[in-house]
Amino acid sequence: MDSSGNNKILEVNNLKTYFYTDGGIVKAVDGVSFDLKVMETLGIVGETGSGKSVTALSILRLIPQPPGKIVEGEIIFDGKNILDMDKKELQDFRGNKISMIFQDPMTSLNPVFTIGNQLMEAILAHKKITKKECREESYRLLELVGIPDIKRRFESYPHEFSGGMRQRVMIAMAIANSPSILIADEPTTALDVTIQAQILELMDELKEKTKSSIIIITHDLGVVAKYADRVMVMYAGRPVEFSQVDNIFYNPLHPYTIGLMKSIARLDHGKNEKLKPIEGTPPSLIDLPEGCVFRVRCEYAEDECKSQYPPLSEIEPGHFVSCFRAKEFLSGSLVRNK
Amino acid sequence: MFYYIVRRILQLIPVVIGVTLILFLLLYIIPEDPARLILQKGATPEALANLRAKLGIDKPIYVQYWRYMKNLFSGDLGTSYRYQRSVNSILAEHYPYSIKLALAAIIIEIIIGIFTGIISAVKKYSFWDMLATISTTLLVCVPVYWLGMVMQVIFGLKLGLLPMSGYGDGSIRYYIMPALALASVSTAYVARMMRSTMLESLSNDYIVTAYAKGLSQFKVIGKHALKNALIPVVTLIGLDLGSIMGGAILTETVFNWPGVGRTVYLAILQRDAPVVIGGTIVLVMIFVIMNLLVDILYAWLDPRIRFEKKEINV
Repeated sequence: MDSSGNNKILEVNNLKTYFYTDGGIVKAVDGVSFDLKVMETLGIVGETGSGKSVTALSILRLIPQPPGKIVEGEIIFDGKNILDMDKKELQDFRGNKISMIFQDPMTSLNPVFTIGNQLMEAILAHKKITKKECREESYRLLELVGIPDIKRRFESYPHEFSGGMRQRVMIAMAIANSPSILIADEPTTALDVTIQAQILELMDELKEKTKSSIIIITHDLGVVAKYADRVMVMYAGRPVEFSQVDNIFYNPLHPYTIGLMKSIARLDHGKNEKLKPIEGTPPSLIDLPEGCVFRVRCEYAEDECKSQYPPLSEIEPGHFVSCFRAKEFLSGSLVRNK
Repeated sequence: MFYYIVRRILQLIPVVIGVTLILFLLLYIIPEDPARLILQKGATPEALANLRAKLGIDKPIYVQYWRYMKNLFSGDLGTSYRYQRSVNSILAEHYPYSIKLALAAIIIEIIIGIFTGIISAVKKYSFWDMLATISTTLLVCVPVYWLGMVMQVIFGLKLGLLPMSGYGDGSIRYYIMPALALASVSTAYVARMMRSTMLESLSNDYIVTAYAKGLSQFKVIGKHALKNALIPVVTLIGLDLGSIMGGAILTETVFNWPGVGRTVYLAILQRDAPVVIGGTIVLVMIFVIMNLLVDILYAWLDPRIRFEKKEINV
């Protein structure tokens, strides 16, 4: 997708992940393509059910099957398609090359094992070292993520930790094998606002230290603005806009992104300016409309939008939009409604 | 933890008082004269009166009860009307058989029950899961004595593979049928509960975390899912152990197993009150102690319910 191809660490092409339910086929992810560069932070934003988490889980092949299935596409990491890996390769790969932090630290740690046990397990899954060395390594990791009173905490159980501390432990587990990519699936959604900032700062810091790339999935546009280098906006299982973070905020070219920007409170806007929600609701993923999936909520929809889905195309260098009218927004011939 | 155990053991006292009181009243209202039972027909009224005085059953029930309880707390369960032997020695003679049978049954229950449950959960809706569901449903419905007799007919009578009944020389062949019969219902329950708790455990977020770490499926299921899923199953097995240990009346009777269950059954038929009460008290104590052991095991399995000293003070 991007022309400066040699520093790409991950490339996802036309990924489709469907869930086969009694009610029909849920097209949770329906043709997602993006790439990730070395030491880049990529933000994936979208509302609940837009396919962000499923995209992330698909990268690690963690989709519960059945009912889920990756039906098409390729995920290239280091020249190898993750979707072609066998069980053993996948095991060596998960947590080692790419690791993941989940949304709810309350439930992501196993309640019946100590923090130390779970952390050491993550290390020993990929490194052949003695228990003693592993313990030392665990202490180092816990210190790195800012857990106080390490030796005692090592023997503690998850329920003895606060939410923020548990998320720190999750991060320690995720970076234990210095992975090239860290996927954070709404890592701060379940946390208090003050803790959110600490966790995000910690991740950013560790990224610099470990020279890794981050994919951060969130519906918090503030998080994206501060930490992401590039952003992919998703809607109904597809990417609608993908670009540098500045473009997304200051020059959005997809009506959905434009709507998103109008719906958030901004300091640079007037005090009395009203927030404007996007009218309507997202479509059912079982029964997607013909043509552009956003057209029923779109203020700028034309006849063309009814018949076919607009492909994600490069409107300006590095700025990909899936809208027939994106060029008009860019040239200024179509003015964004206030 | 120590305080908790002491408290639980002290709780035994009211339980034992309650059980003995109920049994005493029940046996008291049975219109059977133990003296007549012992001396049989043709005894003179004087002889009967003498024996009643000797047994102490001419006294009012509260006096009898008081005397019994006094003896009980010194460890004496009284004397059998029928055998003229101490109940302690009768129970001591038969208990080893019951315990051996119970252990055999529990081993079957644990191995087959848990294993079947895990397979069912991991291979949900597969052929093996269907098979397990159907057979456990059948087993739960079938009464133990019926299953026992059917096994006797098939494996003992028709095929001649296994001895029909009894303890014989104590070799494993004699254990197979009674242990299977005794374990049948509980094994089915364990398998079904294991399946549901395992499925629940497998749907938790920490399972995804475990896979994301790069652990093998074996380790994710055998370590992360299993320990969580075992918690409710351990209760079930523990309770079973308690009730089976106390003597399996039906199974022991069908298979003519010389255990304490059959002894109590015979004692009921013979109105041998001291044996019935004594046997039941021991059963109750074993049951309560097993429960206590289960609770202790629980604390090991689930750190969230480990008992703190401060909880006792509340």
